[in-house]
Amino acid sequence: MTLYNQLPPTFVTTNIDKVMSWGRASSLFYLLFGLACCGIELMQTGGPRADVDRFGSVPRATPRQADLMIVAGTVTLKMGSRVKLLYDQMPHPKYVISMGSCSNCGGLFDLGYSVLRGIDKLIPVDVYVPGCPPRPEALTEALLQVQDKIHRERYLARA
Amino acid sequence: MNAEEIHSRLQARFGDAVTPLDVSSHDPWIGVDPEHIDAVTAHCKNDPDLDFKSLMSLSGVDDGENIKVVYHLFSFTKRHRIVLKVTVSKAAAVTQSVTGVWRGANWFERECYDLFGVRFEGHPDLRRLLLPDDWEGWPLRKEYVFPAEYGGVDNRRDYSV
Repeated sequence: MTLYNQLPPTFVTTNIDKVMSWGRASSLFYLLFGLACCGIELMQTGGPRADVDRFGSVPRATPRQADLMIVAGTVTLKMGSRVKLLYDQMPHPKYVISMGSCSNCGGLFDLGYSVLRGIDKLIPVDVYVPGCPPRPEALTEALLQVQDKIHRERYLARA
Repeated sequence: MNAEEIHSRLQARFGDAVTPLDVSSHDPWIGVDPEHIDAVTAHCKNDPDLDFKSLMSLSGVDDGENIKVVYHLFSFTKRHRIVLKVTVSKAAAVTQSVTGVWRGANWFERECYDLFGVRFEGHPDLRRLLLPDDWEGWPLRKEYVFPAEYGGVDNRRDYSV
């Protein structure tokens, strides 16, 4: 006789870490943070065709309510300090998607005097999305990668 | 009114403060002494025959030795246009502000100050427009050296340009 058969059929057995991860991965609120042309693709990703809302991701206008930061576009050195500030305002646990060549490594504006060569010089990045700009499908894939990462985490058991 | 007529009117009034008309480029241009640019532009705007109510653009050029501040003027009523240029040395890049003539020149001049380091005497609020206030140097000058570090971020490249 298994445990399953002893319980009424409306019950499931799991552990609390998995429930937490399931809840966190299915409600990844992302910070609205379009900085350049990638911001247009970010809007498309939230729009009706790609529709990341079906994965539980909705935009938030403030970092204090956001779990995920999608850095979409060219980050200048002047903007860099603001990016850091917004990242610091997000509550833990938090994730970062670096969207597009510019925020990955400087991209097209790499030779500019005022451009930050990669957002990972300032904040930790979970998923890099290549492209100039990436299509909404690519960003959706990045979002699923973040969900995968959350599912693999054991948040309660962390050090 | 064509460029020659505009130039002859300005020269009749300001004499040596304006240079001969240069027609070698696409837009004919007139050089103006930095000390008199505010008076010349005020006349361009207020003279009913010139009537340059619009300052289309105020930009800067580094020609290697000096910095030129370039004013593109346009008249809606007369449908004529002219280009004025002020040449200042890099060591003492000072000219007169035209914010008293066109209020829209405010941010144009701030941008020119930001990127070329031209100081506009009489400007009400001459701060950097685009770059951070603690930025060093004037990025669009030819001799500008890119910063190796800003705000604690290493900005050097590991490859040559």
